[in-house]
Amino acid sequence: MFDEKVLEKIKAGKQNWDQGPVQKTLAKAKEQKPVFTTISGTPVERLYTPLDVAGMDYDRDLAYPGMFPYTRGVQPTMYRGRYWTMRQYAGFGTAKQTNERYRYLLNQGQTGLSVAFHLPTQAGYDSDDPLSMGEVGKVGVAIDSIEDMKVLFDGIPLDKVSTSMTINAAATVLLGMYLTLAEEQGVSWDKVSGTVQNDVLKEIICRGQYIYPPKPTMRLTVDLIEFCQKNVPKWNTISISGYHIRESGSTAAQEMAFTIADGIAYAQACVDRGMDVDSFGPRLSFFFNAFTNVLEEVAKFRAARRYWAKVMRDRFKAKDPRSMMLRYHVQTGGVTLTAQQPLNNVVRVGLQTYATALGGGQSLHTNSYDEALCLPTQQAVTVALRTQQIVAEESGATDTIDPLAGCYYVEAMTDKIEAEIDDYIKKIDAMGGTLVAIEQGYIQKEIQNSAYRFQKEIESGERVYVGINKYTMEEPPPTGLLKVDMSVGDEKAAELKKFRASRDQAKWKAALDKLREVSKTNENVMPAVIEAVKAKATVGEICNVWRDVFGEYRPKEFV
Amino acid sequence: MAKKIKMIVAKPGLDGHDRGAKLLSRIFAEAGMEVVYTGLRQTPEMIVQAAIQEDADVVGLSSLSGVHNYFFPRVAELLREKGLNDVLLVGGGIIPVEDYDGLKKAGVKAIFGPGTSTTEIVDFIQSNVKARG
Repeated sequence: MFDEKVLEKIKAGKQNWDQGPVQKTLAKAKEQKPVFTTISGTPVERLYTPLDVAGMDYDRDLAYPGMFPYTRGVQPTMYRGRYWTMRQYAGFGTAKQTNERYRYLLNQGQTGLSVAFHLPTQAGYDSDDPLSMGEVGKVGVAIDSIEDMKVLFDGIPLDKVSTSMTINAAATVLLGMYLTLAEEQGVSWDKVSGTVQNDVLKEIICRGQYIYPPKPTMRLTVDLIEFCQKNVPKWNTISISGYHIRESGSTAAQEMAFTIADGIAYAQACVDRGMDVDSFGPRLSFFFNAFTNVLEEVAKFRAARRYWAKVMRDRFKAKDPRSMMLRYHVQTGGVTLTAQQPLNNVVRVGLQTYATALGGGQSLHTNSYDEALCLPTQQAVTVALRTQQIVAEESGATDTIDPLAGCYYVEAMTDKIEAEIDDYIKKIDAMGGTLVAIEQGYIQKEIQNSAYRFQKEIESGERVYVGINKYTMEEPPPTGLLKVDMSVGDEKAAELKKFRASRDQAKWKAALDKLREVSKTNENVMPAVIEAVKAKATVGEICNVWRDVFGEYRPKEFV
Repeated sequence: MAKKIKMIVAKPGLDGHDRGAKLLSRIFAEAGMEVVYTGLRQTPEMIVQAAIQEDADVVGLSSLSGVHNYFFPRVAELLREKGLNDVLLVGGGIIPVEDYDGLKKAGVKAIFGPGTSTTEIVDFIQSNVKARG
């Protein structure tokens, strides 16, 4: 990028500055800290100059938006053409309550839906299962059957919205319900668009909503990918997630590295199934976190885009450029929110939104300021959505593409994070791949060590957290929190009883028997899942068939 | 020499958020306690069974999914039923302050919310656990 002579001159200039003005100032007043680090613990220099990006080759390393290696973005016009999809993750109580929240959000200018299921649905239990006690409708909406799904999307045409569903081990079941509902609405499958998370590996690593052991659960993941590739062409078949890895305590580079390691495992599993990389590659999508250190986050997004493009081109020999594009959803960092002085979180989320915009994300959920206390209230949700609208339409961040490119610091940080990702991928490859690394607890332990380091920094005061270890104050306990009625559980149990009595028992049993048979073969399970859904089998009943056939996953704990 | 404090750290219910539970397990161990982390998806019965089996002095419950009002009192009740009246029961996670009183009445000795320093939690346990010979 720079002429040798120019670099020499800068080197000399920097030395002069270092030995002159800097030393003089330091002699009078020390800097505030001996070492400055990002929130990930990466050291930050006093000043970055062309010397830090001397090896950069513009065409090779950055190029142009929509062109390999996509460092500057995946689309040629980015937000000048269209803003990111503003997609607030929402769900609580019954399908009816959540449907009301969805309609409200769509009326407020939200452009996509994102379904939060309650934990029983995520773990494959019906609302009346003994293990669902106390959990019904708590952190998401209670969905047991196709009937609930109908109520959830009542008045929402499935060809007009795109819907993201945070469902993993039970993804095939919920997608089966969604597709059945589309049929009932008269919407053909080639018109429905959306995403299922379907990322079971990170459930095992850190999120905990696993059901089956790694191998059979990966088989369901690949079944879904394969089925959609043939039948639901606009569906994002997986959302390979770093979000929860970061929430669990990882650094920015670890978030990207372990997510890409998971991505490699899924792509390899699809290839092993006999699929062509360009048949599924374009529908792989990702999901990342955004923390408050804007510049590090921007670098992280850029580094991951560049690295993934190379993985798909070089490791998997993809030819279709769309297979090489790292497209991703972002959620602002839930774990960065404080219960103390909760309004301060509005500022944190604002910065995280700005980082997402400067980093080139495709969709975003902004957290509400009250989420360290409870599920978000309507007022807090509205502020969160407005935050996105302000960044998109007032801040100017969206006017030009990848505005921080060429910033010496951001480019140097991008390179550094990419190198860290590469180190981890090499290490994991050497261990025998992602599944082995997970089985041995390597990835889990790396994340836990980072979480530990961070906690120690907070408690020693070395890292400032406003309202936690600095600028603290007495405040009255918060009021007006959203609460989910405990009676939702009873309501759902009664509904299920009626629902089970209403169905054609012979048809229901035949569908579940068929599913059991198919699951024991190598055949794709999706058609049998859809038949079971239509025969009114519940989430729990379908998942229990697989509990029998596949067994349940019991993790080793690495503490 | 005083006997080591034996502690069960447990995640009741289906919630998978265990960053806090794992981190605290490590901090408790560093503070000289003997710690057993149960892992996820524990029923109250499983937690109390673990307390009996490990002869625990302390049970720590972590909840971030709003199920504390169901699970915490149930664990307290089972501990009493099994005669484990000396076991110190504490909890933490995303728990609205307005729920603290009810939980304390049910037998949870302390609730630690987000942002609590780990030193405070360790101190509380060390000074409230029943002295044993």
